[in-house]
Amino acid sequence: MGMQLIETIEVGAGGAASIEFTSIPQDGVDLQVLCSSRASSPYTLEVLKFELNNSASGMADVELYGTGSSVTTQTRTYLTAGLVPSNNTTINTFGNTSVYIPNYTSAIAKSTSSDSVSEANATFAAQSIHAGSWTGTAAVTSVKLLMNDGNFVEHSTASLYKIY
Amino acid sequence: MTDTPVKVIVDLSKPKGQRESIVPLTDEEIAERDAQAVQAELDRQAEEEAQAALEASKQSAKDKLAALGLTEAEVTALLGA
Repeated sequence: MGMQLIETIEVGAGGAASIEFTSIPQDGVDLQVLCSSRASSPYTLEVLKFELNNSASGMADVELYGTGSSVTTQTRTYLTAGLVPSNNTTINTFGNTSVYIPNYTSAIAKSTSSDSVSEANATFAAQSIHAGSWTGTAAVTSVKLLMNDGNFVEHSTASLYKIY
Repeated sequence: MTDTPVKVIVDLSKPKGQRESIVPLTDEEIAERDAQAVQAELDRQAEEEAQAALEASKQSAKDKLAALGLTEAEVTALLGA
């Protein structure tokens, strides 16, 4: 079993509403997306979401969220990659996110897992892990990353890997 | 110079170096995005209210246990911090 980088993208000046990998090669077993990002919304944290095959339905997500001083859980009706820094926190700080999509070429519903940590060079940092599901049974040919509110700021990066 | 938000499309069927395209969002996509932002704010407020209600319930429970005679250490041992 190996891991191969398919593509890395860096967001340019002006930011971007979404990053979408399309025509994903179907010769792998699993997919992994690693993302370093920051959002432009006016909050401390923003939710980084992802969609498979551009589907906006049939998704569920359970989140376990820690702040360093408390832990909470959250359910969502969309797939969540993680929680990333946004405009109302230390400037020029970016959060790290990993999304894992096993058996992406299968003809059954897909399960996903993801984790993230925000960064603010401050006491507060958010960590989250997620279990997700998507009822779509088609092979995954595209993965779209987008903020729940706002844009990816310049220098956010996303890398897509295949596990074979 | 335009303020129209853009999306980055990475077409992996193309050779490396030719995969990335920057595409302005359509009016429909912008409207959908605006609606999602409104919903996101509502969700955020609901989460904050739920968290505040949870904290209030925890404090209420602690106060009632203290009124029954439990020490602060006993309440903490029972409920956590």
